[in-house]
Amino acid sequence: MPNQSEYNFAYLDEQSKRTIRRGLLKAVAIPGHQVPFAGREMPMPYGWGTGGVQVTASILGADDCLKVIDQGSDDTTNAVSIRRFFDKTALVETTTDTEAATVIQTRHRIPEQPLTNNQILVFQVPIPEPLRFIEPSESETMKMHALEEYGVMHVKLYEDIAHHGHIATTYAYPVHVNGRYVMDPSPIPKFDNPKMHMSDALLLFGAGREKRLYAIPPYTDVKSLDFDDHPFEIQQWDQSCALCGCEHSFLDEVIVNDEGERMFVCSDSHFCQQRVNAKLNMSEAVEV
Amino acid sequence: MKKPILEENAVLSVQSCQKLYGINRGCQDINFDLYPGEVLGIVGESGSGKSTLLNCLSGNNQPDHGAIIYRDSVGMAQDIYEMNEARRRLLMRSEFGIVKQNPKDGLRMRVSAGANIGERLMAVGDRHYGDIRTKAGDWLTQVEMPKDRLDDMPFEFSGGMQQRLQIARVLVTRPRLVLMDEPTGGLDVSVQAKLLDLIRSLVSELNLSVIMVTHDLAVARLLCDRLLVMQQSRVIEQGLTDQVLDDPQHPYTQLLVSSVLTP
Repeated sequence: MPNQSEYNFAYLDEQSKRTIRRGLLKAVAIPGHQVPFAGREMPMPYGWGTGGVQVTASILGADDCLKVIDQGSDDTTNAVSIRRFFDKTALVETTTDTEAATVIQTRHRIPEQPLTNNQILVFQVPIPEPLRFIEPSESETMKMHALEEYGVMHVKLYEDIAHHGHIATTYAYPVHVNGRYVMDPSPIPKFDNPKMHMSDALLLFGAGREKRLYAIPPYTDVKSLDFDDHPFEIQQWDQSCALCGCEHSFLDEVIVNDEGERMFVCSDSHFCQQRVNAKLNMSEAVEV
Repeated sequence: MKKPILEENAVLSVQSCQKLYGINRGCQDINFDLYPGEVLGIVGESGSGKSTLLNCLSGNNQPDHGAIIYRDSVGMAQDIYEMNEARRRLLMRSEFGIVKQNPKDGLRMRVSAGANIGERLMAVGDRHYGDIRTKAGDWLTQVEMPKDRLDDMPFEFSGGMQQRLQIARVLVTRPRLVLMDEPTGGLDVSVQAKLLDLIRSLVSELNLSVIMVTHDLAVARLLCDRLLVMQQSRVIEQGLTDQVLDDPQHPYTQLLVSSVLTP
């Protein structure tokens, strides 16, 4: 198929994509280890997913099908514009259907629907260094990773329990990958942390500003850090989704009017829509 | 690698240690042994090489020549710069303790007192929140601070309390060797006196070996069993504290002793 786009396929030039792919291979070979890469300028501001976009651009093939989510939703500004970006520069098929996608770029969520081993999930990462909170020096954090000095990671969790009575870190919750590297899983809620453990899909992480790549290959052991007497727990809600009635998905609280009335809905918009459609079909079937 | 020689019983042996930044700037020809339960003072004027020596001992500054041999808790003697970095850093946060002159350098100012004390426990593998907290509370009382300040931030504490907190943070892993750099510098006299009392009782209670850098001879007399006097990168006199202070032999030591003001 001739490439009708005015851009090189997926915007980046072939050499840039190759260097990023080389970095990704290294990242996959050393799960959880941060690999520096020569980040390129992208036509979007840092903080909008420049890292994720570069990873997506370098792994995308002409027959891939791309889905982009932001806050779990397919129709927020960031998701729509990145999807259109690749629609325009790579002429690839795009979708909002989790199952149909081969590459999914995400900002805050891992889709509710379990991913399969022919899918790749690309994360946009703001701060790749989990030790940054406690150690501002880059050379020192590199040394701490090299020597596996991860005791201080628990200082943050200790502070949480001391001040809030429980581990109050709810997103970017640090994980121990393959029994070796401590990794920041980007700002996904800790609700999604268990989905990374023994995941069928390949998980790639790109940080544009800090120019770091890291990865969790399929079927890798991923453990969330915790204390013996305060084990890791995921968020739970008393409500169920107001639209689809789901009781086990990650819920967003939405204020619906000026009176401050609120409702809880699934943050994964495609997942919610599917369930609503399934319900409608069922009720139609009953009527017929 | 030549086999490290360490006199029986000694915890630490410094053998012709040298680290120079210029002619007679830094430290050179330093030789001494340290025994368990002993407090060794290093005195001398500013720029005489006290801190350089202490940095060499604390694993942060590799000497140009010489050996620093440490006997660890299982009785094995090894040069701290011959072992690999991972092992050295592990020693530094378990069996060594380093108390900085300025508590801001030795504490994490943005996490609570409890987390500061607990950090070394977590760094050596403690993973039980309740235990860590109990130990942190116990150590806070050990350094004579109220237990209810466990969740306060270090910057809310006075200078003297910050220094106590730093000492608790270092001692919580029961180090065998503590290095102190002017632990009472910058504190007013009454606070200093209390802190000295505390250090003295902890040293005897825990049978610590201590190397303390100070330029305050009164502190040295109160705490130290033995003194090294340094001038222009060399040790010019050493001996028992009383002997050095009451009967100084070297002209510089005589000058040092006679320049102390008595109110």
